[in-house]
Amino acid sequence: MADEALVRLRGVAKDYKRGSETVHVLHALDLDIPKGDFLALMGPSGSGKSTLLNLIGGIDRPTAGSIEIAGQRTDSMSDGDLGRWRANHVGFVFQMYNLLPVLTAERNVELPLLLTKLSAAERKKRANAALKLVGLSERAHHKPRELSGGQEQRVGIARAIVSDPTLLLCDEPTGDLDRKSGDEILDLLQALNQQQGKTIIMVTHDPHAAARAKHVLHLNKGQLGHEAAA
Amino acid sequence: MSNNSLAQIGAITAMNVRNMSQRAASSIVALIGIAGVVTVLIGVLSIAEGFRAVLEISGSDQVAIVLRNGATDEMGSGLSQDQTRVIADSPHALRDEQGPVVSPELYVIVDRPLLTTGTAANVPLRGVGQQATKLRGNFKIVEGRNFTPGTFEVVVGKGASMQFADLKVGDQFRAGTTNWTVVGIFEDRGSVAESEVWTDATVLQGAYNRGSSYQSMRVKLTSASAMQAFKDELTSDPRLNVRVFSEKQYYEEQSRILTTLVNTLGTSIAVLMGLGAIFAALNTMYSAVSSRMREIATLRALGFGSAPVITSVLAEAMLIGLIGGLLGMIVSYFAFNGMRASTMNFATFSQLTFAFTVTPQLLLQGLIWALVLGLIGGLLPSLRAAKLPITTGLREL
Repeated sequence: MADEALVRLRGVAKDYKRGSETVHVLHALDLDIPKGDFLALMGPSGSGKSTLLNLIGGIDRPTAGSIEIAGQRTDSMSDGDLGRWRANHVGFVFQMYNLLPVLTAERNVELPLLLTKLSAAERKKRANAALKLVGLSERAHHKPRELSGGQEQRVGIARAIVSDPTLLLCDEPTGDLDRKSGDEILDLLQALNQQQGKTIIMVTHDPHAAARAKHVLHLNKGQLGHEAAA
Repeated sequence: MSNNSLAQIGAITAMNVRNMSQRAASSIVALIGIAGVVTVLIGVLSIAEGFRAVLEISGSDQVAIVLRNGATDEMGSGLSQDQTRVIADSPHALRDEQGPVVSPELYVIVDRPLLTTGTAANVPLRGVGQQATKLRGNFKIVEGRNFTPGTFEVVVGKGASMQFADLKVGDQFRAGTTNWTVVGIFEDRGSVAESEVWTDATVLQGAYNRGSSYQSMRVKLTSASAMQAFKDELTSDPRLNVRVFSEKQYYEEQSRILTTLVNTLGTSIAVLMGLGAIFAALNTMYSAVSSRMREIATLRALGFGSAPVITSVLAEAMLIGLIGGLLGMIVSYFAFNGMRASTMNFATFSQLTFAFTVTPQLLLQGLIWALVLGLIGGLLPSLRAAKLPITTGLREL
């Protein structure tokens, strides 16, 4: 991949303990992801796709190796620093949307901004701008249960982009949606990548979804397989 | 703490609180548990408070009680008629047109059945001097009339009249070898005297073969500041071998045994019940945390720190504690405050009637206890919420 890597992994391994047994999920991975990429991570269940995404997103730590994002080593950060780093640099999009049911769409989108020094008025303005970008301005005051799955995921994407993060990490973003809603989400992600220059890493089982990415990486039994342009 | 941290804590706490309706059943169980603990705690401690209040209002700084040296209470004391005359002659004793304001007194215990259970209880029958009512500043006959000196007539304190059988105006009861007739009911602002039955001391001496001896002597002094001089005078008089207490000091010492016992008992009960309530609160908060494990993990993935998560769970637990505490305060106030009862005064082995007294301090104590229960109940679940790996939390359904 290109020299100017936004994400740089070197010798990254991840083991889990299951009782007395050690499960090796990822084996000494080297990976560079350039800024502005839209990368799809594919592979069978248990291949380590989500684990890799979690390591890049700083919600899990490698057993060995180094992870550098935008020039910063994240694997050696303290929990507190890592939390602040995530707030500034990563937007997560989850398969099950993970919206907070008691909050309206607008308040859900505003959540990451509570971690900034922005005023309440500014937070509201930005949350509404993000909702507008995903085409849900008129649903700002609806709670998640009043939205369709596709709309909920769009709120999830608005929440992920509201703080203008360096990286957008999507774990099966269309996995729980019908084809039409899934296509709308993929259109949105593609637009964010192409028009806003967002770097996106997306875990998916679906070749149709992977086809929207610029590159596709296959993981199998914790090792990277072939890399292909989509 | 920065505004930003406060905003985080506020946002997560508000969210938790709004989620509480989804856990209404377990929240209500914990809340009722805490309310029960607070009610019992306040109820038991209000007994000690009521008992202490009776003894406190009974004691005056201006009235001295004289007992035989070595006696700690009237039961163990004895004074001869000559000694009572020497005491009455003290220049520190207040005098009015009828002479020194003193009351040589005799104290015996009679059995009367409790109205509530029918079981026999010890009621003090006090023989008093002519001036006795002047030594109790608030003495007032509220029904009937005072006893006629030299007769087998008695007046009964209002508390005793309400608690024991056959102590209404017109009733007769047998004590010793004598039939006594109740001719009046008196009040004394809820003091110890209201638990007693009074008659003429000289009549009681005859009825109980006490000759001309008394057990104690009450003396109203010219002023409260004369107490020390009065004590010094009596204890240095070779004709006397006596101890002198101020009435206030005497009752404080009498109340110490029971208030300590009730306070210890009340606190022990509250601690034991509190353990039960803590488990209910723990259960509620664990279920609150597990039902929102994915939400909490999502917030932490977004960058929210452990502190807001811990604080918000604790705040919810303490809110349950607060509501439970307030409920307990209300219930205990209306259930107990003013409720009349009688108990053994261990210093005199006689019954003392008193009203449960729920004071603002007790209510505050109950509330603090409720908040502590909430805090303990929320602590472990909040730590669990904050320590669970984010990736594990995100997989929770």
